[in-house]
Amino acid sequence: MPLAVKTFDKLRDVASALGADAGARYLGGGTLLVRAVNEGDVGVTTLVRATDRGLREIRPSGLRTSLGAAVTMAEVAAHPDLRFLASVARSIGGPAIRNMATVGGNLFAPYPFGDFSVALIALGATVAVHSGASARDVPVEDFLGSTDRHNRTLVSGVAFRRPDAEKNFRFLKVSRTRPKGPSVLSIAAHLTMSGTRVSSARIAYGAMAPTAMRAKAVEAALTGKTLDEAGIAAALAVALNGCAPQTDAYASEWYRREVLPVHLRRLLLG
Amino acid sequence: MQTPVQFRLNDEERAEFVDSGARLLGLLRDKVGVTSPKSGCQQGTCGCCTVLIDGAPYLSCLVLAETCAGKSIETVEGLAKGTAYHPLQLAFMEHFAAQCGYCTSGMLMAAKALLDRNANPTRADVIDAICGNVCRCTGYQPIIEAILAAAKRGVARTA
Repeated sequence: MPLAVKTFDKLRDVASALGADAGARYLGGGTLLVRAVNEGDVGVTTLVRATDRGLREIRPSGLRTSLGAAVTMAEVAAHPDLRFLASVARSIGGPAIRNMATVGGNLFAPYPFGDFSVALIALGATVAVHSGASARDVPVEDFLGSTDRHNRTLVSGVAFRRPDAEKNFRFLKVSRTRPKGPSVLSIAAHLTMSGTRVSSARIAYGAMAPTAMRAKAVEAALTGKTLDEAGIAAALAVALNGCAPQTDAYASEWYRREVLPVHLRRLLLG
Repeated sequence: MQTPVQFRLNDEERAEFVDSGARLLGLLRDKVGVTSPKSGCQQGTCGCCTVLIDGAPYLSCLVLAETCAGKSIETVEGLAKGTAYHPLQLAFMEHFAAQCGYCTSGMLMAAKALLDRNANPTRADVIDAICGNVCRCTGYQPIIEAILAAAKRGVARTA
């Protein structure tokens, strides 16, 4: 059966179309949804597209930046104000995927994908969620763990505060295949420094739980510490708190637990 | 329902009717008869279906045909000019960069996208450019060497 494709300009019309049809899905870059259709997902009967230009905008405003949901990984990687996120965007697929995959779509990527969302958690980002004519901002870690993260949710963008210094945002992704591949795990850290000590930290993991997660125990153990072997020892001791990794084709649950502290140590020592 | 779509394909204007939801790969192979983009995984993983849309690489198995209205699409069929092969095609032959050949179309287009914007790529640039294209025959080294050789010839100046 051919797929219906509906295209709207206004987000409220997109939200209405998604709400009115159980088989309707929002089409972003297509790297998840068209892939599912190609695989034979007969639950998808209608693809809903939006042409609203705001969805493609990158808007730096002071230290705060908002990204439209349709901004691609290639656009993030190339933007001069988003240099700290370039390594994250470049870690996602090859050039063709990066031209297609979107910021909004990454929030819906299944395990072990979704590495951009890991960075968004570390940045304390909010997600703009539309339902009907209204929109609300939801913290990204709440969004990832909530029932909002279902197929018919409409996300219009994300917003976050840029790090004070580029070096205070760190990202690491471990893959089995070189140079790119799905995550064995990924780690993002946004550190705020006071001299040589960490005054606050936000740490997030990818592929260490069913969705990207925040490592609150590590954050607490780093606060007030220096970034050296002695300073990070307590953080490494609680590195696996709250983790629930899965076994898949890329790594076993055991392996992910074994190597996470190793990579966290490398990331923190810089 | 069918949708009319006008686009440029290898520098020629085309107008086709496409089924609602049809993918670009199907339009090119089954309707237009351009068969260099291959149907591999249909998941966006293998890169065999890579084409250039407005100069940038895309996976035609994941692109809706109707979203290509007004766009310029390039495939391997547009690389050679008359009887003159594109420098990338010559380099692939000289460096034995094709064995079974199934990945070759995608590799060529991914390489062209790189060389069109970066005439002097490093080895790392080349590896990044083709990292979304899977080859099960060559071990990649002959492909990397071929792309570097084409760059040395000044592909951007001659293409």
